[in-house]
Amino acid sequence: MNDTIAAISTALGVGAISIIRISGSDAIDITNKIWKGKDLKKLPSHTIQYGHIVDGDEIIDEVLLSIMRAPKTFTVEDVIEINSHGGIATTNKVLELLLINGCRLAEPGEFTKRAFLNGRIDLIEAEGVMDLISAKTDKSRALALSQVSGNISQLIKELRQKIVNVVANIEVNIDYPEYEDIAVVTTNQLRDCVIEIERELKNILSKSETSTIIKEGIKVVIVGKPNVGKSSILNCLLEEEKAIVTDIAGTTRDIVEGDISIDGILLHVIDTAGIRETEDVVEKLGVSKSINLIEEAELVLFVLNNNEELTSEELEILEKIKDKPAIIIVNKTDLPKRLNNIPTEKSIIYLSAQNNIGLDDLRREIKLLFNLEKLETEDYSYLSSARSISLLKQAYQALEEVKKGIENNNPIDMVEIDLKNIWNLLGQITGDTYSEELIDQLFSQFCLGK
Amino acid sequence: MYEIIVVGGGHAGCEAALASARKGHKTLLITGNINNIADMPCNPSIGGSAKGIVVREIDALGGEMGRNADKSLLQIKMLNSAKGPAVQALRAQADKITYPKNMFKTLRNTKNLEIREALVEDLIIDDRTVHGVILEDGEQITSSIVILTTGTYLKADILVGDTRTRQGPHGEKPSNHLSDKLGEYGFNIIRLKTGTPQRIDKSSIDYTKTKEEKGDNHYWTFSFDNEIHYKIEDQISCHLIYTQPETHKIIRENLNKSSMYGGLDDIKGVGPRYCPSIEDKVVRFADKEKHQLFLEPESLYYDDIYIQGFSTSMPRDIQEKMVHSLPGLENAKILKYAYAIEYDAIDCRQLKQSLETKVIKNLYTAGQINGTSGYEEAACQGLMAGINASLSLEGKDPLILKRNEAYIGVLIDDLVTKGVIDPYRLLTSRAEYRLLLRHDNADIRLRDYGYEIGLVSQERYDKFLLKKEQINHLFEYLKSNKLTPTSEVQEYLKTIPTTELKDGISLYDFLKRPEIKFKHIEHFYPILESDEVKDTVEIYIKYEGYIAKALKEAEKMIDLDNKKIPKDINYDKIHNLASEAKQKLKMIQPTSIGQALRISGVNPADISLIMVYLKKEYHYES
Repeated sequence: MNDTIAAISTALGVGAISIIRISGSDAIDITNKIWKGKDLKKLPSHTIQYGHIVDGDEIIDEVLLSIMRAPKTFTVEDVIEINSHGGIATTNKVLELLLINGCRLAEPGEFTKRAFLNGRIDLIEAEGVMDLISAKTDKSRALALSQVSGNISQLIKELRQKIVNVVANIEVNIDYPEYEDIAVVTTNQLRDCVIEIERELKNILSKSETSTIIKEGIKVVIVGKPNVGKSSILNCLLEEEKAIVTDIAGTTRDIVEGDISIDGILLHVIDTAGIRETEDVVEKLGVSKSINLIEEAELVLFVLNNNEELTSEELEILEKIKDKPAIIIVNKTDLPKRLNNIPTEKSIIYLSAQNNIGLDDLRREIKLLFNLEKLETEDYSYLSSARSISLLKQAYQALEEVKKGIENNNPIDMVEIDLKNIWNLLGQITGDTYSEELIDQLFSQFCLGK
Repeated sequence: MYEIIVVGGGHAGCEAALASARKGHKTLLITGNINNIADMPCNPSIGGSAKGIVVREIDALGGEMGRNADKSLLQIKMLNSAKGPAVQALRAQADKITYPKNMFKTLRNTKNLEIREALVEDLIIDDRTVHGVILEDGEQITSSIVILTTGTYLKADILVGDTRTRQGPHGEKPSNHLSDKLGEYGFNIIRLKTGTPQRIDKSSIDYTKTKEEKGDNHYWTFSFDNEIHYKIEDQISCHLIYTQPETHKIIRENLNKSSMYGGLDDIKGVGPRYCPSIEDKVVRFADKEKHQLFLEPESLYYDDIYIQGFSTSMPRDIQEKMVHSLPGLENAKILKYAYAIEYDAIDCRQLKQSLETKVIKNLYTAGQINGTSGYEEAACQGLMAGINASLSLEGKDPLILKRNEAYIGVLIDDLVTKGVIDPYRLLTSRAEYRLLLRHDNADIRLRDYGYEIGLVSQERYDKFLLKKEQINHLFEYLKSNKLTPTSEVQEYLKTIPTTELKDGISLYDFLKRPEIKFKHIEHFYPILESDEVKDTVEIYIKYEGYIAKALKEAEKMIDLDNKKIPKDINYDKIHNLASEAKQKLKMIQPTSIGQALRISGVNPADISLIMVYLKKEYHYES
């Protein structure tokens, strides 16, 4: 119970300041590791500091940080609160850094629980804490399981199996050294094993879609023929004038980019030049590039003009985006309808960018498409994903230790300690922490006895 | 009237009786046959991976097994010497005549200890407290404390082929009623099984068809007394052979005749996973063409050779065929047939960490009755039961070793927290912090306890303090002396070979290099300390990073183990506790939050609820 815990203690929302709270005896030491500013150890209690959260040399966020030393804090432990401005992706990154540097993700209600255990709140409140713990635990457990999708947890399980085969072999070599007929794991085998683990870990991390959405955002392209209102839509979503908007077709020659946030989830939007057969060399580059962008995009917003009939190019685009996540936007609903029936199974949103009508429908549709509803309302699923990522990163770190051990010619049973650690960390993601597992493996895999 | 009665004269019983008597308590050791005291009915060996370290731990605490083994060696080896220091352990072939004889001599020469030959069939119980034992003929002997170390003798059945005979090893009389009585008193009785292979007449073996396995060309002792009782060149070899296709064929064709495979249909005992019979191996690992067998000498005083790896419960005629199919054993004469043995044990989750039972006050149990297997596992429990029984008489707290302090701690915590299904053997894989539980540092971990308890003499303790001083001195010496990159130094480094120096480097940092040993440093600086001291220092320096990591991990566990759960806690009063957790917690009665967390089926949310409850009801400081 004396370990140091961290969690995002504010609800996740757009534009709001997020507070990350850290409590425990190592709160100051751990935060110092990712803090660029005055040395936290030397700062007086109950003060607010300005500085940066860093990952090595990279600046992650500009923050205000409150430092509160025990015992005059909510939990009666050392507490640090970081006010982050960067939206969900940044906040999540800060949390992740804390977890990697030694914090444990707080359980539901754990700050309150500590407050109680340390005599900060009274018995009546404590009854509430009991209910909180028991109610929220099952919920978060269920969510943790649903969050690690079947596919990914299967991959993790397979990787663990591969690791435990080697680990069990090494331990058998230790416990039954006189058995000459049992293969002895060599450093070279271990090297191969490390390469495989590294590849698998990377694979698992990249397949973890939710984590990608949280970390990097969703790549969105807006396409449509010139002057259909792509830039206006982007500007509406951005709520600022970033793209130049005129009535002359092909005004947006350069690709204009912007990051928008829908309920805390990052959308990385690219506004492209209009799609149209063109003789203009400059513009032609823009057009072919926009077709490439469709290929790369995770979401295509295809804008049509309510006031014009479908062109052959537009039909071609409809065909191109058939198998991609896409939303058809019919703009300029303020003008008379001349558009024919659109041959598509995609959702169609009608809006008028100029009058700022229908944009909420668009946001809702995007959320629906990426199941963002769940991320928004169930912060535990989001947290468990941060937890998985941090455990995967810790597994990476342990793998580095394995490599270092091999390079330094350390005995294989020493190197194995870190290898076993990877197996344990992955087990924490899938919830497999059955302690007898290894021993069972030992005796089922190898033939030993008197 | 005795203070302590120990029932059983095996490895657990001997240690228990010695600890109790040496601590000045009037002790009676009751055994079914005085000639079988400290008998080794199975392997003629002491030690092995993890187990060898346990023998060192017993010695550090002031137990007898290590010293006794040192006096009785046929051969000794350091296992895993090519691997890291955390997994090195001694394994010895011990003489089956000399070992018991030496132990018996020690028992006879111990003050306050009486030995009596008798069979115990019941306990004197009043108000859930034991007051002595009742012998087969009804005689009652009273005592304040009873320690049961009955081994495999509770309702022992010897199984060979389709025959079941109610007897213990060597055809000894088993105890027929004691386990039923224990059941009546509230113990859950479980049935376990183990086995032993044939003994072969040495003169009938053709050793030309075997591979010789010699002892180490280095003097070793289990005990920190470091007294050498043998000569390297006089060590007796073991011999390695493999099973043949014909052996496997005989086993497959006669499988239904094995007691365990249908020869007997009333077998309830669960056999050890780590120690399967040869028929088990042939069935479970059908794709393996051969299995390794060791021919091990039992004694200098008789000709029996033990076939390690060949335990079976086949009928005798099939055993003849099996043995004769082995290389070098074509004409072997079987002196004793292999057998399996079934016996009663208690559910070790009914024990406290002190090895006192939760069911009956002042009753302690140790060894195979607790579901373990192995001489070393038995001996260390006997020692701890003897120590804790004595401490209880003295009105002191029991000595509970933590999982990061000793394999003994791992073993006892596993027993009382997780229970056993098959006979429990210690393995390095059972220890979370094997890097801390090394062969070389058993005294550093445990000598102080042994001295405080009074089992380690002043003389032996002074010797230990001197060693500690030398270790510290050597650390300082290595830190304060330097190697500088002179041409002489660089030339020598090339010959090792190791990277040449850029700047001066402390000997301490120089020793961190994997390829550097003390002999390289001694090329420039004299080191006067003993090999023992040098080993410990080198391990600390070379593996500093790994050790630091293990210590940090262990600290977390210690924190949780230091959070005590009061004895009178009522788990029914804790709302929302999962029912599986509640049932397990009530049964096991963990003494600390750490132990509770190690119970399978108790999860962190349950632990949180317990913590909150403790704070509320007991104003418990977390």
